[in-house]
Amino acid sequence: MKKLSRWFGKNLIRIYMVLGFTYLFIPILYTIVFSFNDYIKSNLVWRGFTWHNWQTPCGVPNICSDLGNSLKIGLIATFVATILGTLIAFALGRYAFKGRPAVNTLIFLPMASPELVLGASLLTIFINLGFNLGFWTIVIAHVMFCISFVVVTVKARIASLDPRLEQAAMDLYANERETFRRITFPLVAPGIAGAALLAFSLSFDDFIITNFNSGTVETFPLFVYHNAERGLPAQANVIGSSMFLIALIIVLAGQIVSRKRKIA
Amino acid sequence: MADASTSAKGDLKLANVTKSFGEFTAVDDLSLVIPEGSFFALLGPSGCGKTTTLRMIAGLEVPTAGTIHVGNTDITDMRPYKRPVNTVFQNYALFPHLSIFENVAFGLRRRGIKDVKEQVDKVLNLVELPHLAERKPTQLSGGQQQRIAVARAIVNRPALLLLDEPLGALDLKLRRQMQIELKWIQTEVGLTFVHVTHDQEEAMTMADTIAVMNEGRIEQMGSPADLYDNPKTAFVANFLGQSNLIQGKIVDSDGDSHVVDLYGQKVSVLKRRTVAKDSSVLFGIRPEKLRIQPDSHDKPGNVLTGGKISDVSYIGVSTQYQVEMPWGQEIMVFEQNDDGVPPLDKGDEVRLSWEPIFSFALDGNEDATAGVDVEPEAE
Ligand SMILES: Nc1ncnc2c1ncn2[C@@H]1O[C@H](COP(=O)(O)OP(=O)(O)OP(=O)(O)O)[C@@H](O)[C@H]1O
Ligand SMILES: [Mg+2]
Repeated sequence: MKKLSRWFGKNLIRIYMVLGFTYLFIPILYTIVFSFNDYIKSNLVWRGFTWHNWQTPCGVPNICSDLGNSLKIGLIATFVATILGTLIAFALGRYAFKGRPAVNTLIFLPMASPELVLGASLLTIFINLGFNLGFWTIVIAHVMFCISFVVVTVKARIASLDPRLEQAAMDLYANERETFRRITFPLVAPGIAGAALLAFSLSFDDFIITNFNSGTVETFPLFVYHNAERGLPAQANVIGSSMFLIALIIVLAGQIVSRKRKIA
Repeated sequence: MADASTSAKGDLKLANVTKSFGEFTAVDDLSLVIPEGSFFALLGPSGCGKTTTLRMIAGLEVPTAGTIHVGNTDITDMRPYKRPVNTVFQNYALFPHLSIFENVAFGLRRRGIKDVKEQVDKVLNLVELPHLAERKPTQLSGGQQQRIAVARAIVNRPALLLLDEPLGALDLKLRRQMQIELKWIQTEVGLTFVHVTHDQEEAMTMADTIAVMNEGRIEQMGSPADLYDNPKTAFVANFLGQSNLIQGKIVDSDGDSHVVDLYGQKVSVLKRRTVAKDSSVLFGIRPEKLRIQPDSHDKPGNVLTGGKISDVSYIGVSTQYQVEMPWGQEIMVFEQNDDGVPPLDKGDEVRLSWEPIFSFALDGNEDATAGVDVEPEAE
């Protein structure tokens, strides 16, 4: 009895970890496994292994053009939101101006408001302004909700930057521009990169806001939603699994690079 | 930038420099001249405004009032990168994303010097860390980082080098060694050093001039020997070494001396060593200047009788006594163990004597304990 409780005490963290990761990864594992399912019509029951889905990822109408839309929108929205958000973060993190506390609070609002409300109000605005719903209204909507996340992420990085490093650079003959280029930017860059990845993944899998403002344009999440009722093709699993693998590779590569840097 | 950073040369002059943070005055109407090529030490307790003073000289803080000149150039509002000044920061402030080599080369590269390798290697050798050139700052110990911070500044050979406790994290042996190196660099290259330290021994051994700072003001400035022998305030007397300060009254004058009454016993002090506003004085004598004898002895010079030894600590070369005087004050005495006489015991009745030229007198309205308990502490 005592032995048993000691064993538990020793391995509790390990057990907890295994349970936690199982909980997190079962849905992903399911997605990957069912991407190999030899399905007919609906990909809900296991019918046998096949490579077919991976060989024909675009073998379902619209799936790849929708994926293309999602990627294009994601990249544009990420690019714009990262630049604007970084500029705002520097303004908030580095300059004391009138109304800064207010802006600091307001920047959280888009993150805190329900997406349904944001999506609906954006739709109203677009219609009132006479915009044609479609690709660009989706981009505008995505930029809007991504900016807040970029600002918050980059600002945290700027706040953790010791101002004495920039002062030391200036003491060592670097003017404002050189100081920014050589010290400030390289030290904040990992935060900006993280913010960009976050923005992309937020944009890529956004459904609710997109659904309000997409008009006739379909993104990958909309494709999944529209097809879910009729039975989702396993090609959707293929694309989902691929996204997961790409993300995994990026994370691993990032870790290897940063570890190498530490050792070097 | 290269020309701007080398053009200004000459004495560093601070005139009525004040720095306030809101209500709080960190540096209060500070005026001083640091001659070109000198080794100047700023000594004072934690929070007295030493770093703030250096930051104003470096251009990282704008004075609330006053001006700063190097030679005839007014640098009060000059951008930091235009000043002929480099700083060794108290917290090192090494660039975490750059290698040690690039940290040290930073200033050289910014001034457009292409071939930095030779100079960087030389200075890394000087601080004895050439093997760490390719590492990142986080992979260095505190003491190693500190030496790199020194190297990063001196490689630029600035007209004026500001050192904010540059040796605080080093052990005693390395510290002594670096002190010698720094002093050597300073004399060899003829740079002006402004060296901030808590360590009075460091200040005494390295500096030509020491300024003792307290609560944003300079209490006293002078050569190490001058400060030690002729303190002008109770703070300096207590902060630099130790002093016995006894409340007294000038009762008479006799040639070049004052006669001072200390709780009924008469002693004398040179007029030129007296700083007094009125007849009330703090009579001062350093512990090592006192001689201690059994109370029956008769000795010429100044004498205080009626003491009783309350504590003895024998520390090899000398013996330290605490002597309780009739008026209740504890007096410290350091006696060299060079006369073969065995130390006196606790409880012995003793008299204290000294050569009158060794004593000094301060304004009697001062707090006799000022500067006593401000222990030098590192951050
Ligand atoms: N930016 C600031 N805002 C408000 N107060 C400050 C600021 N910088 C310094 N002070 C205050 O000014 C005083 C002097 O600070 P300073 O850093 O010059 O002390 P120091 O003599 O260098 O002390 P130490 O020996 O501990 O380094 C301190 O009381 C400090 O709290
Ligand atoms: Mg300081």
